[in-house]
Amino acid sequence: MHLNYLILVVLVLAALWTVMTRSLIRAAIGLAATSAVLTIIMFRLNSPLAAVFELSVCAGLISVLFVSTISLTQPLNKEEVLAHMKERLGRFWVLPFLVIAIGLTLSFIQFKLNLRLPAPEAEKDVRAVLWNLRQLDLLGQIIILITGVFGVVILFRERLKK
Amino acid sequence: MSHLLILVPFCCVIILNLPIRKVMRSLAPVAAIVLSLLQVVMVLCFDCHFWQTQFGIIGTFFKFNLVVDRLAILMLLCIGIVSFVTAVIARVLIKERKERFDFASLLLISLSALNGIVMVRDIFSLYVFLEIAAVISFILIAFKANLLAYEGAFKYIIFSAIASIFLLCGTSLLLITSGSTDFSLINASLTAQAFSPSIILAVGLFLVGLFIKAGVVPFHWWLPDAYSEAPSPVSVYLAGIVTKAVGVYALIRVAVSVFGMHKSICTVFLLLGAVTIVVGAVAAITQTDFKRMLSYSSISQVGYIILALGSASPLGIAAACFHLFNHAIFKSLLFVNAAAVELQTGTRDMDKVSGLSQRMPITGLTSVLGSLSCAGIPPLAGFWSKLLIVIALLSTGHFVYAVVAVLASVVTLGYFLVMQRKVFFGKISEEFSNIKEAGLGIVVPEIILAAITVGIGIFFPVILNRFILPLGG
Amino acid sequence: MSASAVYLFWIFGIFIVMLFSIGLYCILATFNLIRALIGVEILIKAVTLLIIVAGFLSGHTALTQSLVITMIVIEAVVMTIAVGIVLGIHKQNKSLDVRKIRSLKG
Repeated sequence: MHLNYLILVVLVLAALWTVMTRSLIRAAIGLAATSAVLTIIMFRLNSPLAAVFELSVCAGLISVLFVSTISLTQPLNKEEVLAHMKERLGRFWVLPFLVIAIGLTLSFIQFKLNLRLPAPEAEKDVRAVLWNLRQLDLLGQIIILITGVFGVVILFRERLKK
Repeated sequence: MSHLLILVPFCCVIILNLPIRKVMRSLAPVAAIVLSLLQVVMVLCFDCHFWQTQFGIIGTFFKFNLVVDRLAILMLLCIGIVSFVTAVIARVLIKERKERFDFASLLLISLSALNGIVMVRDIFSLYVFLEIAAVISFILIAFKANLLAYEGAFKYIIFSAIASIFLLCGTSLLLITSGSTDFSLINASLTAQAFSPSIILAVGLFLVGLFIKAGVVPFHWWLPDAYSEAPSPVSVYLAGIVTKAVGVYALIRVAVSVFGMHKSICTVFLLLGAVTIVVGAVAAITQTDFKRMLSYSSISQVGYIILALGSASPLGIAAACFHLFNHAIFKSLLFVNAAAVELQTGTRDMDKVSGLSQRMPITGLTSVLGSLSCAGIPPLAGFWSKLLIVIALLSTGHFVYAVVAVLASVVTLGYFLVMQRKVFFGKISEEFSNIKEAGLGIVVPEIILAAITVGIGIFFPVILNRFILPLGG
Repeated sequence: MSASAVYLFWIFGIFIVMLFSIGLYCILATFNLIRALIGVEILIKAVTLLIIVAGFLSGHTALTQSLVITMIVIEAVVMTIAVGIVLGIHKQNKSLDVRKIRSLKG
C-alpha cells in the first residue's frame, strides 16, 4: 500500500504541474501524464479494464484533441508569453500552498465516516456486468457517440462555410 | 412497451441518416413532428394496450429497468407537447434545409434522451441520459454560430461538467455504502443506516449537482446566457422542457424515491426555493431583453417548484409536479411569442418595440394569457398550481415561505405587465407600422399552448382529483 | 467495515480532495478557455479515482469498472464538443482570453 501513497503524491504533483505550467502544450502533456499516473493506480486497485480505457482514451485521444486545438489556435508571440507568464504566476502561486494546507488539515482531522460496506457482488466479470446489467448505459454510449458525430458535423461545417 | 419510447426516436435518427439522404432530408422535420405527436397520443390514452403489453422479441434483446408511473406519464406528456411545438416552429424559423435536417435529428435524439431520464430507475443511467441531453443542448445553443451563442454554450459546458462531477461524486459515495446504483437498493440502504456523515456528504453532493443543472439560485449563472443567446426554437425547447426534465424532474424523482424526503433536505429545498423565487423575480424586473427577462422568470418559477417540494407533504409534491407541467406549457408559449416578435421585428430589445398588439393580435393575446398564467391570475392554469403550492405550505406550517410565494407572485405580475405595456400595448412606432402577424407555423403552436393553459384552468375541478392529487403518491 | 478500509478510504479521500481543489482553482483563476477545460479534466480524473476506490473498497470492481468505461466515453464526447466550441470562439474572436470576450452580462 505504501507504493500506492507514493503514486498518489506523484498524481497530485502531475496535476499541479499541469495547472501551473506556462505553455498550453505543456499543460496538455501534463494532463496526459496525470492520466497515465492515474492508470497505474487503477491497475493496482483491481480495475485493469477501466485502466486500459483511461490510458487509451484519456491519455491518448483527449491529449491529441487538446494538442491539435492548441496548435490550431494561434500562439502568442514571445514578449506576450513573458508578460503573460508573470501575470499568471501572480494568480497561481497560492495554489501549491493551498493544496498542501488542505492535505495537512484533512490528515489531522479524524472524521467519523461511519462507513458500512455492502455485501460483495455476485457477478465478478466486467464484461458480464456491462453486457447483462448495464445495457441501458451501453445504449446511452451509442446515443452519445451519434450525438457527438452530429455535433462535430454541425460545429465544423460552420467553420468551413465562412 | 416503454422501451420503445427510447428506441424508436433513436432508430428513426439512424434510418434518416442512411445514404439515401435526398429523400430523408425533407423527411426529418416531419418525422420529428409525427413522433412527438405520437408520444402525446400514447400518453393521453394511458390505459391502452401499448403500456401493458409485455416485451416480446424486444424484451429478449433489451433488458432495461424502466418504470412508468404517474409522474413519469406527466413528464412524457410535457416532453411530447413541447417537442411538437419546437419541431413545428423550427420549420418556420430555420430556413436552410441542411440545418433543418440537423435540428430535427438532434430533436429526435433528445426526445429519446429525455424519455430515458424520465423512466430510468438507476442513478448512473440517470447521469448518462442527463449527459446526453446536456451534450445536445451544447450543440443546439451553438447552432447559430455567432460569438454570443458560443459563449453561452461554453459557459453551459463548464457549469454542466461541474454539475456532472458533483453527481458522480454523490453516486460513488452512495455506491460505497449500498453497493449498487439502483434507486430502490440505495433507498433501502439509506433507511437502514439513517444518515451517517458519509451519506449526508453523498446526498449533499448529489443535490448540488442537480441544483446546478436546474439553475437554482446560487448556481444559476449559466442559464440566462444559454437561454437568450440560443436560436429561438432552441430557447423554447431548453426553457420549456430540457432544463425542467434534466434538473427539476430529476430533483423531484431523486428526492422522492431515493432520498425519501428527509427533514434536513426539505429545509434546504425551502430555503433555496424562496431565495430562487425572489432573486429570479427581482432580476427579471431589470431586464430589457425579452428572452433574458423570460429566462430570469424561468429561474423564479423553478423556485416555486422546489419550494413546493420542500413542504414534503403529498399535496406539496403533487403541486410541484402540476406547476412543473404548467410552467412547461406557459413558458414555452412565452418563448414562442418572443420568437414571433424577434422574427417580425428583428430585435429582442423591449425598449425598441411598442404597440405590436395592433399588428400581431394573436401573438399579443396569447402572450397576455401566458403572462397572466405565469403570474397566477385566476382562472388560468398557473393560478391553480400556485394556489396548491401555497395551500401545501400553509398546511405544513411554513407561513413565512407562503407569504414569500404570494408576494413574489405580485412581483411576477408586475414585470409581466411592464413587458406587455412595452411590447404589445400602446402606440405602434413608425418603424414597425407595416409588420404582419407571424406565419401559420408560429401562430398555431401559440394557439394550442394558450388553449391548453386556459383549458386546464377552466377544467381544473375535473382534473384535480383524477390526475393531480394522485401525483403525490 | 473494517478499520483499515476506513483508514484507506480516508487517505485516498485526502488526495482526491487535493485534486479537486487543483481543478476548481484552475477553472476559477484562469482566463484561458483551454485551461478551463483542462481544469474540468482534472476534476474528472479525481472523480474517476473516487469511483475506482469505491469499487475497490466495497468489492464491486466489476460494476465500477463498467461505470468508469461509460464515463470515459461520455467525457471524450463532451470534450470534443467543447473543443469545437472553443475553436468557434477563437475563429470569431482571434483570442481565447475570457477578458477579451466577456460581453455577456452576469
